[in-house]
Amino acid sequence: MTTLLGARIGVVTFPGSLDDRDAARAIRFAGGEAVELWHADADLKGVDAVVLPGGFSYGDYLRCGAIARFAPAMQTIIDRARQGMPVLGICNGFQILVESHLLPGALIRNDHQHFVCRDQRLRIENTTSVWTRDFDFGDEIVIPLKNGEGGYVADEHTLDMLEAEGRVLARYLEVNPNGSYRDIAGLVNAQGTVAGLMPHPEHAIESLTGPSTDGRPFFTSIIASLAAGVRA
Amino acid sequence: MARVIVDVSLKPEILDPQGRAVQGALGRLGLAGVTSVRQGKQFVIDIDGVVDEAKLHELAGNLLSNPVIENYTLRIEQA
Repeated sequence: MTTLLGARIGVVTFPGSLDDRDAARAIRFAGGEAVELWHADADLKGVDAVVLPGGFSYGDYLRCGAIARFAPAMQTIIDRARQGMPVLGICNGFQILVESHLLPGALIRNDHQHFVCRDQRLRIENTTSVWTRDFDFGDEIVIPLKNGEGGYVADEHTLDMLEAEGRVLARYLEVNPNGSYRDIAGLVNAQGTVAGLMPHPEHAIESLTGPSTDGRPFFTSIIASLAAGVRA
Repeated sequence: MARVIVDVSLKPEILDPQGRAVQGALGRLGLAGVTSVRQGKQFVIDIDGVVDEAKLHELAGNLLSNPVIENYTLRIEQA
């Protein structure tokens, strides 16, 4: 597959990652070059952005994402993310981002205690981040959601700040599948570069295997953003 | 030889679905009057040699607990 404008996007594989291959495929499908990164290697191979994929890194021991946060690759990613490198954390990747304190709040056990796996309707509420610029504000999408610890929690002050600054990336519609405060399914940092999303856009890029193709714009957005000059 | 005990608990304002499920079970099994159950974790760490208490607190607050949602207490028992 040809790469568009040379966007190199890394996908980190941790022990226990599950969705790294789908994430890499979604990047290639959108026209980018997917670069395999390894958790134990601090070298990011010169990538322009990073996707932290879903799964159960380090068996979800201790807390989801708590051990992955200290992996050598994450030390470099945390440093570069603070300097502006785009990072998208999906599901377990979102958990790693909150454990890294690159995003506020925490993700805890679903309020109903059960693992949830469903096609989830969402509303996109931020179209200025580098990961969502190809959406229109208010777009409703349906993509897979699968998590056991997806309940987004934060203190009231933080929640109010996220709302006031337009940093809620996506919100659950119809049902709140995991008890997330204010139906928050995803959020982004103040710079619009580091984003976390509990549902899985990488599983919704082709109608053959997904409930929709609604996940594609996340990946075309980052490639367009990189082409427009967002470089770390 | 020293034994370090780190207890980690969810902050009071954080929902504890596991504690709530246990509370339900306690009631079903005949324990009356249970008004709350909060579930936590305990780490028992045995250390040879000099105990670096500052380092222990750093790791208890960064790795063993997540300060966004949890509190910890740490005590050192000399054997």
